[in-house]
Amino acid sequence: MSQTGVLEGADAPTDEEHHHGPDKGILRWVYTTNHKDIGTMYLLLALGSLLIGGVMAFVIRAELFQPGLQLVDPNFFNQMTTMHGLIMVFGAIMPAFVGLANWLIPMMIGAPDMALPRINNWSFWLLPFAFSMLLSTLFMEGGAPNFGWTFYAPLSTTYAPPSVTFFIFAVHIMGISSVMGAVNVIVTIFNMRAPGMTFMKMPLFVWTWLITAFLLIAVMPVLAGVVTMMLMDIHFGASFFNAAGGGDPVLFQHVFWFFGHPEVYIMILPAFGIISHIISTFSRKPLFGYTSMVFATSSIAILSFIVWAHHMFTVGMPLAGELFFMYSTMLIAVPTGVKVFNWVTTMFRGSMTFETPMLFAIAFVVLFTIGGLSGLMLAIAPADFQYHDTYFVVAHFHYVLVPGALFSILAAVYYWLPKWCGRMYNESLGKWHFWLSFIGVNLTFFPMHFVGLAGMPRRIPDYALQFADFNAVVSVGAFLFGASQLIFIYNVWRTTIGKKGIKATDLVWEKPEGLEWTALPSPVPYHTFQTPPKVD
Amino acid sequence: MNTPRYYVPARSHWPILGAFAVFLTLFSMASIIHESTHSQVSMFSIAMAVVAGFLMLYMLFGWFSEVVNEGLRGLNSDQLKRSFRISMGWFIFSEVMFFAGFFGALFYARTFSVPWIGGEGVKGISGMLWEGFTAHWPLVKTPDMTQFQGPMGLIDAWSLPFINTVLLIVSSFTLTFAHHSLRHENKAKTLFWLRSTLFLGAAFLCVQVAEYGHAIHELNLTVSSGIYGSTFYMLTGFHGAHVTLGAIMIFVMYRRVDNGHFTPDDHFGFEAAAWYWHFVDVVWLMLFTFVYVL
Repeated sequence: MSQTGVLEGADAPTDEEHHHGPDKGILRWVYTTNHKDIGTMYLLLALGSLLIGGVMAFVIRAELFQPGLQLVDPNFFNQMTTMHGLIMVFGAIMPAFVGLANWLIPMMIGAPDMALPRINNWSFWLLPFAFSMLLSTLFMEGGAPNFGWTFYAPLSTTYAPPSVTFFIFAVHIMGISSVMGAVNVIVTIFNMRAPGMTFMKMPLFVWTWLITAFLLIAVMPVLAGVVTMMLMDIHFGASFFNAAGGGDPVLFQHVFWFFGHPEVYIMILPAFGIISHIISTFSRKPLFGYTSMVFATSSIAILSFIVWAHHMFTVGMPLAGELFFMYSTMLIAVPTGVKVFNWVTTMFRGSMTFETPMLFAIAFVVLFTIGGLSGLMLAIAPADFQYHDTYFVVAHFHYVLVPGALFSILAAVYYWLPKWCGRMYNESLGKWHFWLSFIGVNLTFFPMHFVGLAGMPRRIPDYALQFADFNAVVSVGAFLFGASQLIFIYNVWRTTIGKKGIKATDLVWEKPEGLEWTALPSPVPYHTFQTPPKVD
Repeated sequence: MNTPRYYVPARSHWPILGAFAVFLTLFSMASIIHESTHSQVSMFSIAMAVVAGFLMLYMLFGWFSEVVNEGLRGLNSDQLKRSFRISMGWFIFSEVMFFAGFFGALFYARTFSVPWIGGEGVKGISGMLWEGFTAHWPLVKTPDMTQFQGPMGLIDAWSLPFINTVLLIVSSFTLTFAHHSLRHENKAKTLFWLRSTLFLGAAFLCVQVAEYGHAIHELNLTVSSGIYGSTFYMLTGFHGAHVTLGAIMIFVMYRRVDNGHFTPDDHFGFEAAAWYWHFVDVVWLMLFTFVYVL
């Protein structure tokens, strides 16, 4: 009996029958259908991926500390950049947001659990298998994929290492997991809201995840399609990406980025939701412009389907295409600007305090905006011919993904951890973590703008001498940033497993908004809501 | 007394088994494809594929049986039934997007890459790659005939493909007749129309096999005969796989109707299979139009 749903009146089972806690031992995690257990597993998987992908970044930065080749050979360097990107995107950021969705959406909308609890656990357990398969390519003959996380044909077809087949099937498994997870989120939000929780009363994290889930269902199948076409080209003589048979390598880029651009919003929209909650709580004001936030998020999602070729300005598109994708891309600045305006206006004349989640949230607003503005520079087609494939691009997308997406995830963990486990994390450790991360992240990624504008190409293990000083700074910053994440791990460990730290109140913060604070105790019981909460 | 109460989920071993079965299936497929290109297919990979196949069958059968049994025991609330409907709808949307990717590739090749290689249009400068290549669709003479030998002929849309179009359209009607009979509690008629649907689906697949045989052996139209063959087999092949899956669903529904699982107002399993079948039908109409006729 593994369903969730509302039973009416007399048919309802009694508390004694069903109010059970978690099972003991490892099988609790393997067989679970509980959204909190599954959320925790997603978050741990994301943390594991963050560490593995982080070690790969260390290899990259160690090699680039000085000009010349010193540590690894160029082919292995390429494997590291490829795997670093794939693991951070598919293994760290995406699963972390799914983990947060699992923990928070049922609590925020007054549901007992996710709508399809068994599918939920299936979606999770596909991922460890997928990543084992992906990582196993490192030990195969010819090495791991070395064609960049965007796996452009013909690098990923004609010139790919033999392990590419396993990469393709690993992507398929991740795709199944993402689509099923996204269907679950949509059904939960559509169908499991407590009575009275209308769409325009939903917390913004729920709204942003609803739109994210829609994007996932729309584009993950296209990713599955593009890797299938690769498979056919590699093994069965098809010519999708080979002009000798009438295909086109550029076709790969079109199909890939039709997936890839919505994908980058998949990695940032839930962050927008998180930041909206945190800024409102620590400014002690309701969020400014809730409705405009909903519409801005929707507009960003819709626009994400018609901007993909701005990744391909230098590939040789017709002029009409360059212009269309340039202007449509610039349009995205409008809804994004609305969001930044709303966050700043929420803080304006608020009675602000600066606990760790708020520090990360404010850093998010500032640093994400820097990443957004460099994106606006890249959107200018004629200028992009200079910036394309340089470290300027690397700086741009790391600014939106690290102090953007990753900072929002860290902020979310600090913000909701007391609710989840019933204890406050250590505030001074949190502040140390924040400031070291903040300094580290800027040391790492800001100088990349300069070397990029000066022409340093990405994905190359060596560089010209004039870039040496900046690269040394970047590498020091990267190691500082990576090491400071250990403080975070220790802080979470001592709060949850170590059971240190003062007990959290039910509200945790001063007057936060949302059912998870007002209708549930800290820590949250294993089964969130036994009866639907009241929503005014 | 009438406050609704939530039902609490219990643990299940199907998800982990499902994850492992999917992994083993795809891993063994990857191994076999990898080995067939780079060395020789090993017995180990084949054994792995066989085990994976049985595991998949066991998992699917077991998991779906459990869901069906829960439904029969009346454990599914109205809310859960709604969840099933919504999730099936979104699942089909994901399938639509899967096919959309391949149709996108087809349109791109027809509208952009082939004319450009033939020297036409704004990027006609690519014409210098293969002097003497002229663009036409369907692409019979490929730019590099030594690397990708084009087909000797094409399949006439109004022969076997047209028969298949008729078969699938009629099958959508017979399935709807079955649905109406089910709503009117006429079991014999429901079973008859379901049998007809299954028969039409099977006939479709047989015609498709005959068409593939004709294409491969007489026309030399294969997946490696240039972009036309590539898109042709990608689209029709995945469509055929979906017809097969849809037919399996309908067969299961046939058994379930026979066992009296459905009532006139509660038969979502049947409807889900029907939605899927209609979706596959619509994909075929797109295919027939853009792959065969135009």
